[in-house]
Amino acid sequence: MRHIFRLQVGPVAFRIGSEWRQPVEALRRLYAGYPEPDGACDFTVRLEAERPWRRWLRPSVAMRGDYVLPDAAPLPLAQGLLAAEMGMNLQMALGQKNFLLLHAASLERDGRGLLMTGHSGAGKSTLAALLGERGWRFMGDEFALLGLDDGSLHPFPRVVSLKNESLALFGGVDPERLGPVLTGTPKGTIRHLRPEAGAIARMTESTRPALILFPRFGRELEPATREVGAAEAFMRLTQASTNYVALGELGFGALTSLVSSLPARAIDYSDAEQAEDLIERLWSEA
Amino acid sequence: MRDARALVRLLADPSACEAVADWTAVIALARAESLVGSLAWRLHGRALPPRVEALFEAARRDGEAVRVQALWEAEMARRALAPLGAPVILLKGSAYAAAGLEAGRGRSIGDLDILVPRQSLAEAEQALLAAGWEWVKEDSYDDLYYRRWMHELPPLIHRERDRMIDVHHAILPLTARPKPDMERMIGDRVELANGLSVLSPADMIVHAAAHLFADGDLAGGVRNLWDIDRLVRQFSERGFEFTVELRESAWQHDLTPAVARALRLARSLYGTPVDPLLAGQARPTDRLYRRRLLARDGWGRQRRPLTRLGFYVRSHWLRMPPLMLARHLWVKARRR
Repeated sequence: MRHIFRLQVGPVAFRIGSEWRQPVEALRRLYAGYPEPDGACDFTVRLEAERPWRRWLRPSVAMRGDYVLPDAAPLPLAQGLLAAEMGMNLQMALGQKNFLLLHAASLERDGRGLLMTGHSGAGKSTLAALLGERGWRFMGDEFALLGLDDGSLHPFPRVVSLKNESLALFGGVDPERLGPVLTGTPKGTIRHLRPEAGAIARMTESTRPALILFPRFGRELEPATREVGAAEAFMRLTQASTNYVALGELGFGALTSLVSSLPARAIDYSDAEQAEDLIERLWSEA
Repeated sequence: MRDARALVRLLADPSACEAVADWTAVIALARAESLVGSLAWRLHGRALPPRVEALFEAARRDGEAVRVQALWEAEMARRALAPLGAPVILLKGSAYAAAGLEAGRGRSIGDLDILVPRQSLAEAEQALLAAGWEWVKEDSYDDLYYRRWMHELPPLIHRERDRMIDVHHAILPLTARPKPDMERMIGDRVELANGLSVLSPADMIVHAAAHLFADGDLAGGVRNLWDIDRLVRQFSERGFEFTVELRESAWQHDLTPAVARALRLARSLYGTPVDPLLAGQARPTDRLYRRRLLARDGWGRQRRPLTRLGFYVRSHWLRMPPLMLARHLWVKARRR
C-alpha cells in the first residue's frame, strides 16, 4: 500500500496501510512517542477506497484488513483517522486470541488494576481518561486484555476517543496530545486524546486486577454503589467480551478465576467529580 | 509481495521459513486464505522469530477451539437428524476433523456442511427447523433458485448457537454438466463411530476437486488445494490401491477432468505426488488457473481483477445453461 504506519500498543503490533496520505499523517501525529513494532505485526489494517473510483470521487474509506466485517459502513476521508481506529478495533475484536478481550477500560495504581465496563454511554472512556490525568496509570479505554494463563491485566493504551459533551472536561490538556475534531461521525463529534507519557512508557508492564466496576451514568441518577455478585459479574463480562465464545474453555477459565478472586461493584453517577469520589472510596476498600 | 507464492512455498517446504523477510505479509496472506492455522501447524517446532511463534501458538490453540466447536455442531445435527434413520455425511472441514485426518489439522471450519440422500431432504429440513435452525435468506427468488436448481437447501442458521448449516443432497448443482452418481457416493461412505459418516477417501478428493473446478470461481482455491495435497499424501500411504480407487471414483462421477486439473495444480503449488495417468498432460490453461489462485498480495488484497472476473463468469457458465444464466444474472443485477 502507498502509505504505511506501524504501531506498537502494549503487546499488540499493527500495520496500517492507506491509499491516502491524510489518515497516516494524522496517525503519526496522534501516536507520536509510541514505539515502532520490533518484528512481525499481529494485525494488518487496510484503509482503501470502498470502490475503485471512490479513491478520488467523494473519497470513501472502507475499513478492511486481516479480519473483515462485511457490513461495516465506510467513512468519508475527513474521518480517515476514525476509520483507522475502528479498523484496529475490528482486528482486535475478531482476531485477538492471545488474551481474553473485555470491552472495558483499565487503569493501574499502587501496583493494582481497576477494570471498568458498561454499556456504551456509561462513561467508561471518559472516566478512564479523567483518572489517567489524576494520578492513575491509564491502561486502555476500549479493550482490556486479560492474560489467559496468569489472569494479569495487560496495558493496551491506545488514544482515547472522547465523545460529544465529555470533550469539555479536557480543555486543560496539552493541545499537542489532541487529535483533530471530527464532526458528523456515526458516534457524533469525536476528538482523540493521547494518554500521558507515563502510560505510553510503561505499556509493557502488566498488573494484577483488584476491582471490577460497572459504572452507569445518568443526569438524574443519585450517586450509589451496589455489590455485584460473582455470577452477575460473570454474565455481564461474557457480554462485554468479544472473544469469550471463540476462546472456548480457556476463556471460561480466565473469566471464572477473575470474578471469583476480586470484588465487583456497580456505581451510579451524574457527574465526573461524583464518580471519582465513589471510585476512590471503593478502591480504598478493595 | 505481489502474489501468494510466499505462503504456498512455506506450506510446501517449511524449511523456507529461514528465508522469510516479511512475516507480516505472510500472516496477512495466510489469514486472507484461511490458512493461518494450517501454516502454524506446518511450521510447528521450527526456529521462528518470537513474535511470529507467539502468533502461531495462538493460531494453533484457536484451531483446537474451532475443531471442538465444529464437532459439537456436527453432533447437534446428528441428534436432530437421528430420527430419520438416513445417512448423514459430513463434508469438507468438519469431515476432516471428525475423521482425524491430517487435512483437518489447524484447518479453519466455517459452516457445517452435510450431505443427505435426496429423498430424505424434505424430512431433514423439517427436523432441523424443529430443532432450532432458521432460514438465513428470506428472498423468494433465492429460495426458489436454491430449491429448483441447487445441490443444497438455502442456508440455515441456528437461532441460539448462531452457526450455519448447509444441507446438500448432491456435490454439484443439478444444472451443472457433470452428473456425479450420488447414490453410489452415498453408498460408498465411511461410517464413523459416532453414527455420522464421511465420504470415502477417493470421493473426498473428487468432492474437493468438483467444488473447486466444476463449481466455484476458485476463491479459496489455495486452501482447497492444500486440503487435496494433505488428503492425497495421507491416502497414498495405502499405495496403488488408493490410486485405482481415485481413478475409478473420478470416472464414475463424471469428474475426471476436474480431478486431473486439481492434481496438476496441487502438484504445481505444493509438489503433491500425483498419479501421472490420472493427472494427465499439463494444459496451457493450467498457467491461467495458477495465476488466478495466487492472485493475492502481501496486504491480503485480491489482485488481477480481470483474471478473477474471467473465472467468476466461468463459474456461472459451468453452473447453468446460457439462457438460465442470463436470467439469473439479470435478477441479481436488478436487485443490487
